[in-house]
Amino acid sequence: MRGYGADLESLKDKKLKGQLSVKEQLYGQSAKAAAKTEKWIMPTEGGSLVAEGLEKTWRMKQEDIISEVDILSSRKACDISLRVLGPYTLVYTLNGRNMLMAGRKGELATIDMLTMNLIKNFQVKETVRDVVFLQDGQTFAAAQKKYVYIYNRDGTEIHCLKEHEAPQSLQYLEKHFLLSSINKYGQLHYQDVSTGEMVANYRTGLGGARAMRTNTFNAVIGLGHPGGKVTMWKPTSVKPLVSMLCHHGPVTAMAFHTDGRLMATAGMDRKIKLWDLRKYQVLRSFAGHARTLDFSQRGLLAVGNGSFVDIWRDSGGDQSFMDRYMNHSMVKGYQVGRVRFRPYEDVLGIGHSNGISSVLVPGSGEPNFDSWVANPYETRQQRREKEVRALLDKLQPETIMLDPGRIGTVRPTRATEAEEEDVAEVEKEAAIAAAKASALKHKTKGRNKPSKMLKKKQEGIERVKRSFMELPPERESKKLKKTEEVELPRSLQRFAKKKSS
Amino acid sequence: MKVKVISRSTEEFTRERSQDLQRVFRNYDPALRPQEKAVEYARAVNAAKLEKIFARPFVGAMDGHADGVSCMAKNPNHLKGIFSASMDGDIRLWDMASRRTVCQYPGHKGAVRGLTVSTDGTILISCGTDCTVRLWSVPIAGAGESEDSSRNVSKPLIVYAWKHAFWAVDHQWNGNVFATAGAQVDIWDHNRSEPLNTFGWGNETSVSVRFNPAEPNLLATSASDRSIVIYDLRMSSPARKLIMKTKTNSIAWNPMEPMNFTAANEDCNCYSYDARKLDEAKCVHQDHVSAVMDIDYSPTGREFVTGSYDRTVRIFQYNGGRSREIYHTKRMQRVFCVKYSCDGTYLISGSDDTNLRLWKAKASEQLGVKQEYLDAVKDRYKHLPEVNRIVRHRHLPKPIYKAANLRRTIIEAERTKEKRRKAHSAPGSISAQSYRKRRIIREVE
Repeated sequence: MRGYGADLESLKDKKLKGQLSVKEQLYGQSAKAAAKTEKWIMPTEGGSLVAEGLEKTWRMKQEDIISEVDILSSRKACDISLRVLGPYTLVYTLNGRNMLMAGRKGELATIDMLTMNLIKNFQVKETVRDVVFLQDGQTFAAAQKKYVYIYNRDGTEIHCLKEHEAPQSLQYLEKHFLLSSINKYGQLHYQDVSTGEMVANYRTGLGGARAMRTNTFNAVIGLGHPGGKVTMWKPTSVKPLVSMLCHHGPVTAMAFHTDGRLMATAGMDRKIKLWDLRKYQVLRSFAGHARTLDFSQRGLLAVGNGSFVDIWRDSGGDQSFMDRYMNHSMVKGYQVGRVRFRPYEDVLGIGHSNGISSVLVPGSGEPNFDSWVANPYETRQQRREKEVRALLDKLQPETIMLDPGRIGTVRPTRATEAEEEDVAEVEKEAAIAAAKASALKHKTKGRNKPSKMLKKKQEGIERVKRSFMELPPERESKKLKKTEEVELPRSLQRFAKKKSS
Repeated sequence: MKVKVISRSTEEFTRERSQDLQRVFRNYDPALRPQEKAVEYARAVNAAKLEKIFARPFVGAMDGHADGVSCMAKNPNHLKGIFSASMDGDIRLWDMASRRTVCQYPGHKGAVRGLTVSTDGTILISCGTDCTVRLWSVPIAGAGESEDSSRNVSKPLIVYAWKHAFWAVDHQWNGNVFATAGAQVDIWDHNRSEPLNTFGWGNETSVSVRFNPAEPNLLATSASDRSIVIYDLRMSSPARKLIMKTKTNSIAWNPMEPMNFTAANEDCNCYSYDARKLDEAKCVHQDHVSAVMDIDYSPTGREFVTGSYDRTVRIFQYNGGRSREIYHTKRMQRVFCVKYSCDGTYLISGSDDTNLRLWKAKASEQLGVKQEYLDAVKDRYKHLPEVNRIVRHRHLPKPIYKAANLRRTIIEAERTKEKRRKAHSAPGSISAQSYRKRRIIREVE
């Protein structure tokens, strides 16, 4: 069940109470029915790796795993060795069907992972720093030396986005059709790829971010800056939503968990930290460098560093600590550039200096997909229908917020705010009266001048008034906003920039 | 060690032949669906806009009468037909699908005030200001729809003349008895030329009469002395009387909750009462700006339609204080009678401009579109300002808009005056009366 039930006891309106209680019953029944059908409608089982006896899971090698699984799965672990065109980075589509590999020196190749066919391979003859897939799994955007280019399935350049200058990283928000990029000067751009208009341009003021990821839970973009700060952005505000000091050195990599509650960051200060995004506090801190981080659909964390990849798993179930699960070390000259889990499969893709490898990680992917969300076995017609429906359900950039469940909730009414103001005023007057009535100490030896006594009394009254002035009541504008209102938790107050009211 | 990896065979997840249906797999985990509420909100806005785009409620008009339509009756056994009578004595049976007259029943010398059909659908009963009650035979469904669109003219089965002009007639459900309203309330049998029984309370004329759908012996009438009287046929005297501040023009019983009825009143409101407890209205339905002339419930019992003197037809929820929908046309003048079709999808309104108009109950209903999800998602977010603005928007004719504003100002002014009077008088001396009780003078046993 999502969220809490309605509080029916405090309702006085009988009609509303009756209607709500009927609805609550209906929700309960439908949740039970959905839970009952779950065991019948889920055709696939998840993967697992269980160590027997004295064995440890992190000592298992890929060769052992491959020898134990069936042929189809063993074919998923492969190595694509390409030396010429630079360290490779990779990205998967949301349904895990296609993969795009981009070599730093200008090679772009799309591969259909189901049939292991090469869709298109071409070279752009300039540096390619990052790539993302756009709305269907066919069009993609590449952050090249000067601008962002959009290519279609056949490798034809269809757009050159000149407003994004010298982009370093790209992210795509698929529900909002927003392509965002950050460059080394710290400029963040949001562009709508369905209409082509530039939604926002912000100067972060914190330098170019080497780490840029999207929090899929609330569509907020997280940037890791060279000063050790991690900032979170939404397209409709000039200032970041959250700005937290995470490391004592530059942030090298970051990743968000799919349920939006956990963030992993790695910095040059040789620490990998797990943050709780509700309280913005560190959950766990490990020692080690990390060039790249990624969370899988099932909550496994892959840490890529040097020429090996560590995979951590949360065995406790409450994400409070992570255990070593698996380790994959490659040939000692290969530098791991990027690790990405393949959605709906137990496969981890590693982009390194000599090409792309994929390794089997049992238990990392979500076994049962929903055809209406992401279908790895999509036909052409289904893909087109999905694109049309996504355009119809396109979300406006204003709906991005830290807590996505706030849409449709009720703001506190004017009545309660007025009450609060009244209460504050009464308190203020009581305090002023107390200050006026306070008796001053009678001083001796000629220091008891009436003018000085008056001055001291007035100072006391003004001090009391000033203490009330420091927290002015917030007056909201008359226009009803349907969302907004970011309230930072107490622990973050010192990080957020104060709005001058 | 035990290793298991996700492995899916392509045959299980794709279809074999192109004639097969595509396979669909579901996983209801909310983690797979981020930002659900934002998506639902976007769908709600789109659904509200589409509903407005596809809202075409007017189906057609049936013209043929020479004078204003005074009353209508529906045949419970035949969905497509409707009877209507006009102020010059002309009674017609219409076929709603082709919007043509099937049969005419001339004979009345003056205005026909009441029309009703017996429960088995074989006899039509009409009464008018010429002090007669006429019984006509209704053509059997199917035999009456001839291809050559012949205008059948029928003769009445029998004519009963009586002492006073009649104002309304209604037939008992599952019975052989019908009641007429005039100077007194008379109970007739089909075969007797005199009423079986006569009810009267005071010296007033009864203006409308309606039998209860579940309890065949119970009937409600409204009289010109601003009262609503409930009679029981088994008793010799009336059961209950409720006097209000203004006259009730028409009454309709809720077919699904037969203890409740709704009265269409002269003071622009409709009042829903529980017949067992008449001291307070269950609900006051406000939205018309002039007297409400007629009212009819949908067969689902969830909504009712009202026609008013202010040239509009409104649809209300059975428990809602404000109308859900308003229909108006420049050509439609004062609406005298409305009926909900027996399947609940259409409304028929008869007005002063001699036309009967056919409207859709759900203005943006389309065939083949899965409307339930769109309606549900729109309902969930209809309180948010963007969706609310679209859903609430109705174009009103200027006189109605201005009259409604004026009414609102007047009501607000009265309310403010009451509040000030209460604030400036001794606490407890003036007690607030709820609106549901305010329009009732007293209940008499």
